[in-house]
Amino acid sequence: MAPVKVFGSARFTNVARVLVCLEEVGVAYEVVDIDFPAKEHKKPEHLARNPFGVIPAFQDGELMLFESRAIAKYILRKYRTDEVDMLREGNLQEAAMVDVWTEVEAHQYNKVLAPIVMECIIYPTAYGIPTNQKVVDESVEKLKKVLEVYEARLSEHEYLAGNFISSADLSHFPFTCRFMETPYASLFDSFPSVKAWWEKLMLRPSMKKISTNLHPKMV
Amino acid sequence: MAPMKLYGWAVSPWMARVLVCLEEAGAEYELVPMSRSGGDHRQPEHLARNPFGEIPVLEDGDLTLYQSRAIARHILRKYKPELLRSDNLQESAMVDVWVDVDAHQLEPIIRPVVFNVIIKPFTGSDCDQDLVDESIEKLKKTLEVYEARLSTSKYLAGDFVSLADLTHFSFMRYFMATQYAEVVEAYPHVKAWWEALLARPSVKKVMAGMPPDFGFGSGNIP
Repeated sequence: MAPVKVFGSARFTNVARVLVCLEEVGVAYEVVDIDFPAKEHKKPEHLARNPFGVIPAFQDGELMLFESRAIAKYILRKYRTDEVDMLREGNLQEAAMVDVWTEVEAHQYNKVLAPIVMECIIYPTAYGIPTNQKVVDESVEKLKKVLEVYEARLSEHEYLAGNFISSADLSHFPFTCRFMETPYASLFDSFPSVKAWWEKLMLRPSMKKISTNLHPKMV
Repeated sequence: MAPMKLYGWAVSPWMARVLVCLEEAGAEYELVPMSRSGGDHRQPEHLARNPFGEIPVLEDGDLTLYQSRAIARHILRKYKPELLRSDNLQESAMVDVWVDVDAHQLEPIIRPVVFNVIIKPFTGSDCDQDLVDESIEKLKKTLEVYEARLSTSKYLAGDFVSLADLTHFSFMRYFMATQYAEVVEAYPHVKAWWEALLARPSVKKVMAGMPPDFGFGSGNIP
């Protein structure tokens, strides 16, 4: 069986979101680098995989997928075992909580955390665009409010969806990893349950391995 | 078994996303109206349900859920799993892809148009026409992808209707009430797909609670 393919550099946060799932389920995969500075993602060969011209794209045999969170669901669903069940689709209540916190990651957490990563790291190092401090300051204030909700949740539950790790936790990994490289990493010190949850996640072999690819410089 | 309760205001596109799924599923539910202008969503009683202070919120027995797409998935998983294609790896993947395409590619473009063109005039703010124009240009590029997709399959995830199609309805409902509807109608397969959605009984029923001006014109401000 040919290994599945992930198209896009392992340095990219949305690619890392997919790679961490592949590591968790322990399936063989190949990363096919896409030359971002050369705009390879906008060329016909990649557009045939991802018509929106973004990364990642994912191939399993004849199936071609895009949108990193959708790819993550596919991987975790296909390679689910009793030991590695990150979606909990066999249990209505658990699956619902996984979905809630996966959506929270996308629309509450990432919405306010990603701009800090983009402004502090990505724009300056990859695009030569200076940090917009106003955007950072506003995002930090919003992030504090979101982290208050996370603190309350994680002080009562070991993981976000309950007392079991799930795709909701995994989905937070890539952008949070980059956030820890910014001057605002210490924000988590004010939220002890969140900090403990993050540190526990980072002990996982999948996260340790994939985090080594998330370098500050994209070139 | 007590019917499910859905908290919020029916004109909200996030609320309507869930309502369409409830109707498609034929599930028994009670709509608990809340007032946005009255700040109901920020009161402690509601924060106890949703610490993010937003709607919709679904109560289903012991479960309290928020985030419209999570609520939608729960309802369909429980009552109409064929709309998620959970029993088929490839089909369920395509459903997930196009649900996320709506969330991350389309909605971020049409939401600012709806906000600037429909809502701002009522709240006394100026429409940011530059932002609207920029959004329309991005929309055309995005619609090219939808047109290509819908030329090869009847619905977004394949030749079967799914959450991927239903999730698009609520924001598009308002966009299509603006003068920019013709931008969408220029793409024949997208237009046909949209009209097929509008013909669904679930969509017709939910749309009846969604006046094109969010209720501002009639004084029924949410």
